Amino acid sequence: MTVLGKLFRTTAFKLSLGYLVAFAIGASVVMTWVSWNVGRLIDEQIGATIEAEINGLSEQYAQGGIRRLVDVVERRVCQPGASLYLVMNFQGQAITGNIKGLPPEVLLLPGMRETTYERVGEAEIDRRALARIFLLPGGFRLLVGRDLEDRESLRNVMGGALLTSLFWLVVIGALGGLFVARRVLRRVEAISDSARTIMQGDLAQRLPLAGANDELDRLAGNLNEMLERIQELMAGVREVSDNIAHDLKTPLTRLRNRAEEALRSASDPKDYRIALEKMLEESEQLILIFNALLTIARLEAGGERGEHVAFDLATCVRDVAELYEPVADEAGIDLVVETSGESIVRGSRELVGQALANLIDNALKYAAPASGRRGAIYVHVQRVGDKVEASVADNGPGIPAADRERVLGRFVRLEGSRSRPGSGLGLSLVAAVASLHNGVVRIEDNEPGLCVVLVFPAAAGDAKSRSGDAKHDHSC
Amino acid sequence: MSGMRILIIEDDQEAANYLTKAFREAGHLAEWVSDGLEGYAGASDGGYDVLVVDRMLPKMDGLSLIGGLRQQNIETPALIVSALGQVDDRVKGLRAGGDDYLAKPYAFSELLARVEVLARRKGGGTAPPTTLRVGDLELDRLSHKLTRNGKEITLQPREYRLLEYLMQNAGKVVTRTMLLENVWDYHFDPQTNVIDVHVSRLRSKIDKGFDAPVLHTVRGTGYMIRDSAR
Repeated sequence: MTVLGKLFRTTAFKLSLGYLVAFAIGASVVMTWVSWNVGRLIDEQIGATIEAEINGLSEQYAQGGIRRLVDVVERRVCQPGASLYLVMNFQGQAITGNIKGLPPEVLLLPGMRETTYERVGEAEIDRRALARIFLLPGGFRLLVGRDLEDRESLRNVMGGALLTSLFWLVVIGALGGLFVARRVLRRVEAISDSARTIMQGDLAQRLPLAGANDELDRLAGNLNEMLERIQELMAGVREVSDNIAHDLKTPLTRLRNRAEEALRSASDPKDYRIALEKMLEESEQLILIFNALLTIARLEAGGERGEHVAFDLATCVRDVAELYEPVADEAGIDLVVETSGESIVRGSRELVGQALANLIDNALKYAAPASGRRGAIYVHVQRVGDKVEASVADNGPGIPAADRERVLGRFVRLEGSRSRPGSGLGLSLVAAVASLHNGVVRIEDNEPGLCVVLVFPAAAGDAKSRSGDAKHDHSC
Repeated sequence: MSGMRILIIEDDQEAANYLTKAFREAGHLAEWVSDGLEGYAGASDGGYDVLVVDRMLPKMDGLSLIGGLRQQNIETPALIVSALGQVDDRVKGLRAGGDDYLAKPYAFSELLARVEVLARRKGGGTAPPTTLRVGDLELDRLSHKLTRNGKEITLQPREYRLLEYLMQNAGKVVTRTMLLENVWDYHFDPQTNVIDVHVSRLRSKIDKGFDAPVLHTVRGTGYMIRDSAR
């Protein structure tokens, strides 16, 4: 019952039922129309036959009088498959013929009509006939008719055929509908079952394809592609959360270790003080990592936009460089800023400033080359077509070509840099800021050293006057 | 700077207790309410020098609270403290009428420094002085000319802004992030000791060759300009 109930509720079944009903109605209309027309055609033919006989008989009457007519009628009556005849005198009494029991009013009025009759020499069986009364000169009446049994039986045959065909139509239609519905139902059921398995957590599972490349297959195919994408995203999230767990747990462990160490072995307030200060430092580091993570997450989700205004990227770069210049100076690194061309962009000065600060901060960490050359950082802003490029290059060890794409990811800290301070989030924040501004980050070889290029779309419009102002405004 | 009345509107009791105690130790009088409505009522009565408002509060959130106060022309300086510390959150907080914004978790010294700087602004209807003086250090804000003991010292534009901010808050601790926010207008953490280097450059200009230093380092917190001769 449940299977049938389910079947009745399926769209396929409802559809086939609907078609079945419509088709049955259509077929009935067509067959009724056909049988009505056939009946009419038969009536017309009978009428024509009667007309012809009457014409013949009245000719006989005209040539040979009533005697000849009676002779001819009596001869014709004896022939097999004879028509119906009745010859009456002016009083309405039958002279000869093969029928009786006609309703009296039929005999009075001339013309063609349908009527009941009985055959002479037969038991009283009501028959139907189409008959015509013809008034002969001299007061005699001639009736010629044809039995309508043929027409009736044709009608019956056609009615029967209609009913039988309707019956088979319904049976075959219902079975066909059932078959189609069950076939579709089974596939939908299979898709639905797989979907449930997937929902229960087995994301590797895929929906079954029948290979028919029909709507259901295409639906399942699209859903499979969607699953693929979800799985990729989930894998990304998992990787990120693994990394977060690692990079947050490492400082957390250090924090905990310091507390334990202090509790176990510190003997005087000074030791405790040192331990607590170290712990504060660790927690500061944790907060930094956490903030960077939150910022990146919100940037990537598009939730963090900052105040979007048109600003001069060159001014912004000079500002950030100015912020770091004393630090570079102290570290014995030259910080050179060069700007050229129109460099107005739209976006958040704060976020772009932070991205640039990250890049310069990074460059400061790596600029001092091992070869003993003087460290140098070149910051360059230039207009390239409808883009504004800001590049930060150093002459440090650089990044091997194979790793350049990778460093934009979260928590990626290449071998050899793990010992240096940093969260490993700097460049991925830069990438997130760039993509928020519809820009890109390119990592290039500075030969030697690393060159990171931030490409922003240039802002259109009244950029010229703004840039003129901005050049004098050192506050950016 | 002492004897301030501070209203702490914070739903975390432990944090509030800690703040109350720490403010008291710093010589201020702090009172605590735990939800937005009570905070609104308390702040409306006035009498406080500074409000410390948590952004997410039961019954009435911090931003609505401050917005409501500002509508009633109650201009008590308000420091918003929030776990939401991204750029957009800060902008929203300041737009709602907050005077400063501090992201959790924070160091108490940072909070204290900001609260003390905020309190000065109260009733600041008078025009800012055209000359700032700390001891024998004198900064003319019209000509941007700095003299110490009559001797002229030339400053770079950024050095001028840095010194101006420090002198405006003479006698108060100013943290590194406060300097980054107010002098450079950046709200991120530069990760490197950039501010320290800027300050030490400024110090070498204004204190080198003079007997008593005016620019002091407050260990673990920030800097303070103070006339140590007095």
